[in-house]
Amino acid sequence: MTTTETPAAGAPESRSEPNHALRLFLIWFVLALAADLVIWFVWYPHMPPGRMSDAARHQQFDIAVLAISAAPVIIFVLLYFVYAIVVWRAGAGDDSDGAPIYGNTKVQATWIIGTTAIVLWLFVFGTVELVVPAGAGAGEGPSPIWKLAGTQSATWTPGTNTMLQVQVIGQQWTFTYRYPQFGGMESAELMLPVDTPVTFHVTSLDVIHSFWAYQLAVKADANPLVDNVAYVTPKALGSVTVRCNELCGIWHGAMFNYGQVVSQSAFESWASGVQAKEQADGVLAALPPYTLTYDPTVIPQLGKNLVKIDGITGSPGYYYEPSNPVTP
Amino acid sequence: MSVPARAAVLIVAFLAVVGLGIFVAVYYIGSATTQLPIVHYTASNGQTNVVLQEDPQNDSATRPDWVTYYTQDPTTKQWLHTTLFSVPANTKVNVTIYGYDGCTPLRNNFWSVVQGTIGNTVTVQQFSKNNTPLGSAQSTSVINSWSDCNAGHTFAIPGMNIYVPVASPNALNSANNLCSSSPCTPTSGGAYALETFSFMSPSHTGTYRWQCLIPCGGGYIDGNSGPMQTLGWMMGEMDVVS
Repeated sequence: MTTTETPAAGAPESRSEPNHALRLFLIWFVLALAADLVIWFVWYPHMPPGRMSDAARHQQFDIAVLAISAAPVIIFVLLYFVYAIVVWRAGAGDDSDGAPIYGNTKVQATWIIGTTAIVLWLFVFGTVELVVPAGAGAGEGPSPIWKLAGTQSATWTPGTNTMLQVQVIGQQWTFTYRYPQFGGMESAELMLPVDTPVTFHVTSLDVIHSFWAYQLAVKADANPLVDNVAYVTPKALGSVTVRCNELCGIWHGAMFNYGQVVSQSAFESWASGVQAKEQADGVLAALPPYTLTYDPTVIPQLGKNLVKIDGITGSPGYYYEPSNPVTP
Repeated sequence: MSVPARAAVLIVAFLAVVGLGIFVAVYYIGSATTQLPIVHYTASNGQTNVVLQEDPQNDSATRPDWVTYYTQDPTTKQWLHTTLFSVPANTKVNVTIYGYDGCTPLRNNFWSVVQGTIGNTVTVQQFSKNNTPLGSAQSTSVINSWSDCNAGHTFAIPGMNIYVPVASPNALNSANNLCSSSPCTPTSGGAYALETFSFMSPSHTGTYRWQCLIPCGGGYIDGNSGPMQTLGWMMGEMDVVS
């Protein structure tokens, strides 16, 4: 950052200059204050992703704070441009050289200290906002560092602080959800109870996907053979849009479905009902045992049961022989 | 050259490049979809009948070894190599699928469950290579692809929560007896499974994608590419029209 100074010696004439710095500061202060007030009181309540979960509330707050931090900087830069164009433009017929430019230690120091303070503030703020809400809804990998508080149990009961386990399975081009605390039943619809700590175990059966439950502010990569853990606590009833957020093939853009956050009693009723139906229909028996990941290339059951005649399944239960595919 | 002249040249050059890009995109992307015929099914007494078949090969010159769906023209009864069809809105859609292709296990056996059809069931009748019915038609809610390899492909419309496993010819019966010339017919010498089910089309118009969920793109990594990702083969679109 530099500023201009007119050396006393050799100056063609002395002019009465207004205090540009004070002017700039006052204009900037008013605009920045107005912008930040608008951001906080008008924009913040409507910022994405909303307030449907604890993670969403934190993310909305984070975005608001970032906007409030960035607005004064942006306003200062733009204001300086406009001010320079309006106030310091050359007059008609003025072909004289501009004033020489000299360094200004105070301005440089102010800029460096100011931007450093902003960056450090954002670093500390971002770290706190990542740690406090247990990963802020992001996938933390198979061994999460920041864990959401909740009781671990093989079953889930409403009215307790028991963590609900939900496995998210991506495959071209849809998501399904398994609930290990309800017999490992699987559903094409995401259903969650309100005010309940939830652990998502996100994985894939084929290529790379990304589980993005927008209103819940959960986003976690879905990779084959990887258990990617993300936490959330739904805080409001309503509909959730689930999208794939990783280019995964020609219909990636159409890979979305919907979920619901319902009351705890409604969830228990739904989950128990699906479990009972899948038990009765033989679906649970047809599903593989619940594990955190599934090998997309091997189906062990087929090695035992398959009458291998004309399918493309190799033995013992491989989808394709090791030499397949033959790379073109 | 004056400044306005140079600016004009730049603008013209910029527009020419943008126009060329748009032309190329529209020409190729447009041609990729419009070359496929669209089969229009009309309603009669609130119902329409969609007829499909899935084959282990096809009659194309470029990819004859890809598995594929065919769609039957309701007027001419000709099999068209397309997966684009339209049905009327708010209509009972009766689907018949001739399963000529052999079995391939689902990667997620959850899709063995019939979902979204009326009654959440399908009816399956197995036929021998001589076009002789094997047993009686069975109504079922599960075609377990991990048990004796019963499913050939699936017919799924995720936007309507419709997931239907399509039965393959009986594995023992179809050994070395699959139809080898497409489009197949019941008398072409291959065993097959005849599957029927119904669903209600949405009350509002729109385009719904449908696809196979079995990784049947043999020759491609993990079977996920080729016909699995190409319109006219194992994925298609259903237009719901007024």
